[in-house]
Amino acid sequence: MEAEKSIQEKVRSRRELKNEMKLEFDAVSENEAFARVAIAAFVAPLNPTIEELADIKTAVSEAVTNAIIHGYEEAFYLPEEKEKKVVMHCLLLGDVLHVEIIDEGKGIENIEQAMEPLFTTKPEMDRSGMGFAFMEAFMDDLEVISEPGMGTTVLMKKKLGITPWINQEE
Amino acid sequence: MEEDFKVIDNYLMVKMPEEVDHHKSTYISQTADSYIVREGVGNVVFDFEDTKFMDSSGIGIILGRYKKISYFGGKIFAINADTRIKRTLMICGLHKVIEIME
Repeated sequence: MEAEKSIQEKVRSRRELKNEMKLEFDAVSENEAFARVAIAAFVAPLNPTIEELADIKTAVSEAVTNAIIHGYEEAFYLPEEKEKKVVMHCLLLGDVLHVEIIDEGKGIENIEQAMEPLFTTKPEMDRSGMGFAFMEAFMDDLEVISEPGMGTTVLMKKKLGITPWINQEE
Repeated sequence: MEEDFKVIDNYLMVKMPEEVDHHKSTYISQTADSYIVREGVGNVVFDFEDTKFMDSSGIGIILGRYKKISYFGGKIFAINADTRIKRTLMICGLHKVIEIME
C-alpha cells in the first residue's frame, strides 16, 4: 500500500509540473550546440531516457539550424533596427514538452514543399533536405507557421516517458 | 583537426567529431573534398567512434561525398556507428547506398 501510494504521488507531482523558459540568441552556427545543451538541461527534471533526450536534441538542432541558414541566409537583409536573433521558447506542461523556435527571417513560400523529405533549396551547401522529416520523426507533433517576409515559427510537442513501451512493442 | 583526416591506400579515413552538426559540417565537407581532389582517393570511410550526436547535417556530408566519388565507382563506408547513429542513417535510407560496418 505504502509503495503504491508513493508511486501515485510521484505520478501526480509529475503531471502538475509546469515550467517555462525563453531564450534569445544570435543566429550564428556556434549557438546550435548551445540550444541543444539548453533544452537538455531544461527537460532534465522529467528524467527523460537517453533516447528521448537524443530525439529532442536532434529536433531542436534541426529547427535552429534551419532558422540560421535558411531564415537568415546571407542574401537576406533585415531592416537596420533589427538584429538576426533566434528565439527558443520552451514550456513544460505535465509530462508534455512544447518547443517553439522562432525567427524573423525570410519565411517559407511553400511550406508543404519545404517539409517534403529530401527537398532542399541549398544542395550546394550539402544540405540533405531531411530537417523537417527528422523533426517529424523524433517529436510527436510538428507545426510550421510561416509567410514570406514574416519569419517562421516551428512548434513541436513531445510527450515524455512513453518510449520504453513503444520499444517493447517493436 | 587536420589529424582527423588520413589517407590509407585508396581510402580517405575521416574521424567524425563528438557532435556532428551544421557548424562542424562545413569544415568536414570542405577538407574531405580537398583530400579527394588532391590525393585522388577513390573511397571514403567515416569513423563514428567518438560521435554521440548527429543531425541531418551529417547526412548531408555523407550524401555530398557520395555524389562526388560514386561517379568513379567509389564507395562510402561508415564504421563504429552506435545504434543511434545507425538509426539516423537508416531513416534516410542511406544504408542502401553506403556500407555500415562494425
